[in-house]
Amino acid sequence: MGRLCVICDKERAIIKRPKTSQQLCRECFYYVFETEIHNAIVDNKLFKKGDRVAIAASGGKDSTVLAHVMKLLNERYQYGLELFLLSIDEGITGYRDDSLETVKRNQQQYDLPLKIVSYSELYGWSMDQIVKEVGLKNNCTFCGVFRRQALDRGAVMLNVDHIVTGHNADDIAETVLMNILRGDIARLQRCTEICTTGDECIRRSKPFKYTYEKEIVMYAYFKKLDYFSTECIYSPNSYRGHARTFLKDLETIRPSAIIDIIHSGEAFEIKKEVKLPIQGVCKRCGYMSSNELCKACVLLEGLNRGLPKLGIGKTHRMRKIHGDMPQDTAIIPHFNNIKIDDNENNNVIIDESNKSKEKL
Amino acid sequence: MSLLKIKLSFSGGIELLFDNIKQKSVEISSSINSPNPTTMKDLISWMKDNLLKERPELFVSGDTVRPGILVLINDSDWELEGELEYEIKDGDDIVFISTLHGG
Repeated sequence: MGRLCVICDKERAIIKRPKTSQQLCRECFYYVFETEIHNAIVDNKLFKKGDRVAIAASGGKDSTVLAHVMKLLNERYQYGLELFLLSIDEGITGYRDDSLETVKRNQQQYDLPLKIVSYSELYGWSMDQIVKEVGLKNNCTFCGVFRRQALDRGAVMLNVDHIVTGHNADDIAETVLMNILRGDIARLQRCTEICTTGDECIRRSKPFKYTYEKEIVMYAYFKKLDYFSTECIYSPNSYRGHARTFLKDLETIRPSAIIDIIHSGEAFEIKKEVKLPIQGVCKRCGYMSSNELCKACVLLEGLNRGLPKLGIGKTHRMRKIHGDMPQDTAIIPHFNNIKIDDNENNNVIIDESNKSKEKL
Repeated sequence: MSLLKIKLSFSGGIELLFDNIKQKSVEISSSINSPNPTTMKDLISWMKDNLLKERPELFVSGDTVRPGILVLINDSDWELEGELEYEIKDGDDIVFISTLHGG
């Protein structure tokens, strides 16, 4: 054994790249991995000098590698970015509390300011409480909708221009498949974009759009990065699970399948006659929405009125039966009223979840 | 026949299928499938019968590991080492990493 690296022709190869089948040694692999991400950032002009960028950090493999690589590239190529870690505490005992410990260690290791925003603080409900109310069937809908908005709200508090997430090529290919399977044309069109931005909304991008999961995991392994890997205790999420298994089976037969699916997603052109939802803002909380009320507001209203199905099934019919929302129901504070954190706090852990506990 | 001493490591969430143990030294026969030398294929099947604590379908698929599980042999991608055909040697260090857990 002991094949040589195809780039340096000196060291023993340690990885076969899924995208290209190239056999690379450790140092050449690091170089190629990091440079491809740098190229994705530069080619797509993701950042401007001086941008404040929040890295969405869950403590899992993707966001841990993302934080490591963003810090490294920012220094190596002098992007001039101010980086932050932004974590969401969904309030899942035995899962998120452990993974947040990993994020806190990352904060030390990478020396980046960290902000944690919790569901309890934003919505008045933790995921543990939501699951008690709604059971294990639609809980992932609540969690996903709430997380998306929580990240944007956390980003406003940090006063950043941009959020980067650890979505990798496998995730994106999986989402393309799922949107096709669900006939979700609007999302199919958006989901392959490396950078999305609404009118007044914070830019969001995926520097790992072309990065295979296998390489992220191998990179984390060889660099001995500290990440957390336990399945969420509430997530069977079987639809995505099936799409994932299918994709992994395809990858085994033909590794380029992942990048090919992304390419197909990019190439879809939607006929002009197809009606797409028009983006507006939620009249209750000011968050972007293609309906009068955003999904988070409807879901929260359902929780607060003891009608957890309100935002899941036929909202119109439920409203006919139960009437409009009573005046005194708790709602999400308006997006325009989010307070920006003091800059002085930026070098410490800003853990809102503890603050609210102290208040009690 | 002799015994091979090897080290197995589990991470990325796959340790949950192995009693939450991250590392384990084991001894296996050098020719499980006598007279042929023991290969990765034999090891995976041996692990399934002797070490796996739950839900075998999350570890094996047919006679190999489930797609999405990375294998390293002595810190090298097993795809470079012959995968299932690789002949286990005394002192080998074999790592299984799941990529299927959240990011």
